[in-house]
Parts: sequence; C-alpha cells; structure tokens
Amino acid sequence: MLKLINISKTFNEGTADEKRAVENLNLTVEDGDFITIIGSNGAGKSTLFNIIAGNILTDSGSIILDGKDITFEKEHVRSRKIGRLFQDPMSGTCPDLTIEENLSLAYLQSQGRALFSRISRKDRNIIKDKLALLDMGLEDRMNSPMSTLSGGQRQAITLLMATISKPQLLLLDEHTAALDPATADKVLSLTRKIVEENHITTLMITHNMHQALEMGNRTLMMKDGNIVFDCKGEERNNYTVNDLLSRFKENTGSEIDNDRMLLD
Amino acid sequence: MNLSLFVTATELGLILSLTVLSLFLSYTMLNVCDLSTDGCFTLGAAVGAMVAISGHPYLSIPAAMLAGSFSGFVTALLQTKMGINSLLAGIIVNTGLYSVNIAIMGGSSLLNLNKTETVFSILKDILKDTVLSSYCTIIVSLIAVIIVIVFLSFFLKTKLGLAIRATGNNPSMVKTSSISPAFTTIVGLCISNSFTALSGCLLAEAQKSMSIDIGGGMLTVALASLLIGTTIIRKGSLSLRASSCAIGAIIFRLAYMFALRLKMPAYMLRLVSSIIVIIAICLPYLKSKYPEFKRRLNHKKEVA
Repeated sequence: MLKLINISKTFNEGTADEKRAVENLNLTVEDGDFITIIGSNGAGKSTLFNIIAGNILTDSGSIILDGKDITFEKEHVRSRKIGRLFQDPMSGTCPDLTIEENLSLAYLQSQGRALFSRISRKDRNIIKDKLALLDMGLEDRMNSPMSTLSGGQRQAITLLMATISKPQLLLLDEHTAALDPATADKVLSLTRKIVEENHITTLMITHNMHQALEMGNRTLMMKDGNIVFDCKGEERNNYTVNDLLSRFKENTGSEIDNDRMLLD
Repeated sequence: MNLSLFVTATELGLILSLTVLSLFLSYTMLNVCDLSTDGCFTLGAAVGAMVAISGHPYLSIPAAMLAGSFSGFVTALLQTKMGINSLLAGIIVNTGLYSVNIAIMGGSSLLNLNKTETVFSILKDILKDTVLSSYCTIIVSLIAVIIVIVFLSFFLKTKLGLAIRATGNNPSMVKTSSISPAFTTIVGLCISNSFTALSGCLLAEAQKSMSIDIGGGMLTVALASLLIGTTIIRKGSLSLRASSCAIGAIIFRLAYMFALRLKMPAYMLRLVSSIIVIIAICLPYLKSKYPEFKRRLNHKKEVA
C-alpha cells in the first residue's frame, strides 16, 4: 500500500543547526492498516507525515503509494490520494466560507468535477446527509460561516472533508490534541467509524499512550528520526501502557520524553 | 443642482465600479493587493481606444479585456512562480505597463476618439430621437456591470471560484484539498484584471479621449469605493456583496461631485480617496484598540 524506502531528511545541512530529522527510515504499510505512532518530542513524527504528504522533499530514498513512485509528486497532487488532519482545528477549513461551501469544495474536488461545476440539489443532500452523520446538528446550519463553529465541530468537518474523497491514505497528526476530552472522544469515535466504513488505510500520531494501544492494529515508536519499535497482532493485543513504556526504554535506552504525553 | 451632474456621477460610478468589482475579486476574495491596477486600467483604455480607432468598435471590448487578463497573468506569474513578493510584482508590472501603454498608443500620450465609432456612439445612433438618447453611457455601463456581477456571483460558487476564495482565506487548506494555490491565484488575477481593463476601455470610449494618466490613482479610488460599499453592506449573498461594489463606486462619485460643488478643487480627488481608504482600513483597528485605551484611562483615574 505505502512503502517508504531508505528515507532520509536533514534540515539546515552543513550549519550549526543541522538536524537529522529522519534517517534511513523504512516502513511498509499494508492495505487497511490503522497504525498509531508515538514518540518523544522531535522524534520526527510530523516530519514523517510531511514527507508522506509531499510538504517536504526528502534528501534520499523513495516513496511508493499503491505501486506508484510519488517521491517527487507535488503536495496538492498527492492530496488527491492522501487526506490529512492537523492538530490545529483552524487549519483545515476556511473561516469565512460557510459550512456548505467548505464541504462543497472538498466534495466537488473528490468527484473530479469540472472547474466550473457547482453543487446540485442532489449533491447538497448528499453533503447534508454526511453532516448528519456527525450528529452535531450541523446539517441545519449549512449556511453559517465556519468561523462560528467550535474547534471540535471544525475538526469533525475537516475530517469529513478529508475523507469525502475516500482517500487511499489518511494522516492524522494529533488531530484531537487541541480539543477538550469529551469533544476529543467524539472526534475520535467519528474517526474510527469513518475509517472503518470506508476502509481507509490510516496513520495516526498520538500523545495518548492509551489511545495508541486502543486504536488501530499496529503501533510504531519513533526516536531520533527512526522507527525503534513496531508491534502488531497478538503481541500488541496483550500490551498495557506500562508494557509499552518499558518496551520504549528497552529499545532506546531512555524514558519516553514528550511534554504532552498522557499515560493513563 | 441639476440632473446632468447626477447622470455624470452615475455614469462614471458605473464604469469605475468595474474596477471595484475587479478588486472585490482580487483584494476581498483572493486577498492579493494588486498594485498593477492603475497600469492595467490604462492598458485597457489604450487597447480599447486603438482597436476602436482602427474601426472595430465591438472588438475593442474583448481586446481590452484580453490585454488586461494577460497583464494579470504576468503579475500572477511573477508572484507564484518566480518568487517575487506580491506587492512588488504589482509595482513592477505597473511600471512596465507605462512603456507598453505608450507603445500601444503609437508613441503618443494622448488619443482622441471624437470621430471614432464606439459602442456608446452606436447605441446613441440607435436611440436617436428617444428619451433614452442621453443615457447611452449609463445603459452600456449598467449592462457591463450587471454581466460582471452575475458572472461573479455564479463563478464564486463554482469549484474554481470556491478554490479562489479558499486561497485568500486559508492557503494551506487549499493545498490539502488538492488544488494548486498558484493556479487559483493566476486564474483569479487574470479575471480580475480583465475587469479593470474593461473599465478603462469603457471610460476611454465614453469620454471620447484618453491620456496616458487616465488610470492614475485608480487603485486608491477603487479601494475607497470598495470599502464604502462593504461598509454599507457587510453581510449577505455574493451577488449582494458584489452589487455593494457598484453602489460604493456611485456613492463615491456622488460625494465627490458634491465636494466639487462646494468649491473643492478637482485635483483634491486623489487626496480625498487616500483619506477615505485610510479611515476605512484603520477604523476597525482603532476600534479594537479602544477598550484598552478606555481601560488605561479608567485605571489612571482609579489610581489618582
């Protein structure tokens, strides 16, 4: 499905600020995988996502998505196949456009419609039905500007926009970290539901150890720009958060160090 | 006060509102301050006048619009593909256009269209001896304004139009929705500059003359009109907001006419438009600072 082969990326090469963000990283993601990723600050988790999404060009190595080499494909081209959510709920939507307009843009794009196409009444009903699935009453507020919505509502709509095209791959970069616990739970269960229903291969960065084990079918740990620990299947099912932490220490020789880490 | 002054103000207001609609697209929607507006306005006037002089009154309009969109294309290319700051790109194109415009005008800086057949003179011939004959300019420019408003309210709801608005609102989101922000900026500026050029073309043909400085200060005047319009109509549908541009332009011309009647010299136009733009842009900022100011004032009192 997704293959990263010998990926390296160094920032500010040759200067005092030189930082090897990712080093000789190899990763194979199977179709339908839901992988959670944990790691210390600066372990290269977000860089990894930037590399996959095409925001950062790698120094070496290749990226294969669904059998196709996308190493040099531009970000906006890749995003047809790769959906992405950020931590900041403001980043994925346009505040001055209405809910309907935001979703229309994603919807029209996902359907591969012509540049001058507009949404029909039928399309609008489809969008409305999708909104109703969020169970936030937003389907009755289609003409409100995005800026009138709460962070959780915006993130839910961003999730909807990112998955409306049924992407091959979904990248979730701590997408619930900025939300209050109740809203975070809601967005998380929506994520699970949408991913399962549409059979989307997903990578999720999280700082919540519990979440990392509970969600998905495989967990990766990153440190210093590489994957230091990879568990799945039976082995993973029996893990507790404490097992995970001790595994991290075993593999890296240090405690996991993340200022936002939640251990419960 | 006689009626003809009102008619003149409305005529000019309608013609210039096409430039305001151009800014509505580039400034309000795309969030790009297009400093090539003055030069592009003159470009439209020059191309329109030359084509009309060579005997093609109808062709002069699409020719001017095409020239305008080409100028917009260059401005957009400089800022999206060549790493030039968007304000600088506009200034560079504006400067270059001065030479281009004189070249188009055949080396002269003044063109006379007194005996030239234009869309205005053609309509005047058709409406000869009717009550409408003295409103030809208003009729032609009103039709142009309505077409542009209808186009914009349709276009800004299409996929491309939404993408253009998104580019101005949240560029990073555009990328993640698989549209290139460079592409939307290029398309947006091509369209907006074609309106600016149309505006220049119609003004030259309505005035039956044009000089190289016909577009001087146009950006500020249009920006003032745009801000007046958006102050009057803050919310509403796209067509309503677009119409507010035309209303703003007419109000601006009417206010200017009154000022002239009050013996304000004509050369004050640009200063007045500058002041309007300053007030309209900094008022919301000052308003947001007011609570802090009040708080400081109260604090001083409390302490004393």
